[in-house]
Amino acid sequence: MTETLLDVEKVSKRFGGFVALNDITLRVGRGERLGLIGPNGSGKSTLVNCICGTLRNETGVVTFNGQRLDGLPAHRRTRLGLARSFQLPRPFHTMTLTENVQVPILYAAQSRGHQGPTALRAGANALLDMVGLAEKAGKRPADLTQIEMRKLELAKAMASDPQMLIADEVMAGLSHREVDEILALLMKLNEAGVTFIMIEHIMRAVLAFSQRLVVLVAGRKIADGLPQEVIRDDDVVAAYLGR
Amino acid sequence: MAANLRFTVGAVIVAALVLLAARLIDNQYAYFAGYVVLQYIVLATAWNILGGYTGYVNFGTAAFFAIGAYGTVVLHKTTSLPLPVMIAIGGVLSGFVGLGMGYLTLRLRGTFFSIATLAMAVVVQTLITNWDFVGGSRGAYVIRPQKSPILGGNYIEYLFLLMLVLSVIAVVVARAIQHSRLGLGFASIRDDEGAAETSGVPTLRLKLIATVLSGGFMGMAGAPLPYYVTYLDPASGFSLSYAVNTIAMPLIGGTSSWLGPVIGAVLLGTLQQVATVTISSALSLLIVGVLLVLFVVAAPRGIVGWFQR
Repeated sequence: MTETLLDVEKVSKRFGGFVALNDITLRVGRGERLGLIGPNGSGKSTLVNCICGTLRNETGVVTFNGQRLDGLPAHRRTRLGLARSFQLPRPFHTMTLTENVQVPILYAAQSRGHQGPTALRAGANALLDMVGLAEKAGKRPADLTQIEMRKLELAKAMASDPQMLIADEVMAGLSHREVDEILALLMKLNEAGVTFIMIEHIMRAVLAFSQRLVVLVAGRKIADGLPQEVIRDDDVVAAYLGR
Repeated sequence: MAANLRFTVGAVIVAALVLLAARLIDNQYAYFAGYVVLQYIVLATAWNILGGYTGYVNFGTAAFFAIGAYGTVVLHKTTSLPLPVMIAIGGVLSGFVGLGMGYLTLRLRGTFFSIATLAMAVVVQTLITNWDFVGGSRGAYVIRPQKSPILGGNYIEYLFLLMLVLSVIAVVVARAIQHSRLGLGFASIRDDEGAAETSGVPTLRLKLIATVLSGGFMGMAGAPLPYYVTYLDPASGFSLSYAVNTIAMPLIGGTSSWLGPVIGAVLLGTLQQVATVTISSALSLLIVGVLLVLFVVAAPRGIVGWFQR
């Protein structure tokens, strides 16, 4: 494996008596495409929230790009180059698409002034163009279709000029062709140097995209390896289909 | 930057015309009534920086306003500073209170934040009522000088002029924010605070900036009040009508831009002044209530929102 970009070390999170994450250890190399799967309620989104700073993990350490993230608020992590998209798109609904994308450009990308792996600082319209929304730049999110909303969510995440993008179910509810369209877009971004963690229920998409697959079940990591091997693993099959 | 400068020049010209009109009318009452309308332009604009831009509804206007006013009472008793300096001090005082309130309450969202601000107003009022130096519940008298120190005329003309200048400053600042990086950050907080944080927006810091600016302007609007009323007691300084009017005006005018509070304040403030003279002073709050209900039903985005799309 290449240099480690994200290092999650023994992270645990409880909600009251419920253990949502139990000693999760995970490494993602720079430029890697990692798939993260698991049944509903297995802790995938909780893990993302702990990595991105939306939730605080009780134990364990998250290190990104050599820097420990303990206690850093979410916006500081975004500025360090750790971006995410939300499971349900959360656009800024009173703003135009251009303004939507300008928020992370102004507050994350420009605040660092560092040259990210992607040459995307050309501005909001270049980003919208990349996801195919250039013609709707002056519209508001309410005028968008489902897939366009997902694309806007991706454009917003990319606008912070990230080194890593955590895509939380960006393809849920999309048609076969739309899934292919988003996949092609993500591959293009990966080629430009962005590291990916993809959380997805659409197995076809995860298998096509991921170089490595991690499986969470009930807050534990039960598998980590090559996708084709992981999905044949007995524990993984049992978690999804029962024994 | 050039656009801001052009707007400032425009606002100053409008203010000069307002002053000229007041001089032409040449009636003391016009200054008394105009002062109140201008004061509400400042208050409504200040409220909108927090309430309209970032979406945090503040019910505590009266507290910030009264802190400015009581600051002047203290300074009047202890110093002989000119009024503009007192206004600046009142603004700083209220700004600091805004910062403190922000730290304590900005982790609350929506209705909970609003309730906390209302509670803060009650706390401040209780403190002032029990502070003997500023008159306690008896109230404080401030003797108003006879003559205006500049431009001649009565002292009320001076107060009118100061409030005019203050409203120009408030509106220019509010408009500059709206079109700035800060304004975009405020709007992102209003739309979705979690998504804003994820986009790199330091939400807590921005919210604190908004409360400081908003509170500061409210304090400045309140600072000349003792000279205007000459007798200030907690019941009038903390009157609920300040809080109600200050929320109603931006809502009626439209909260998404700087223009909304100005339109709302001019419209509602003038209407109230006219009603006070022609019908009765008790009617003015009824007008606010009726208009507010009408607008919530017919034009929820206010007058400005009515004309956009």
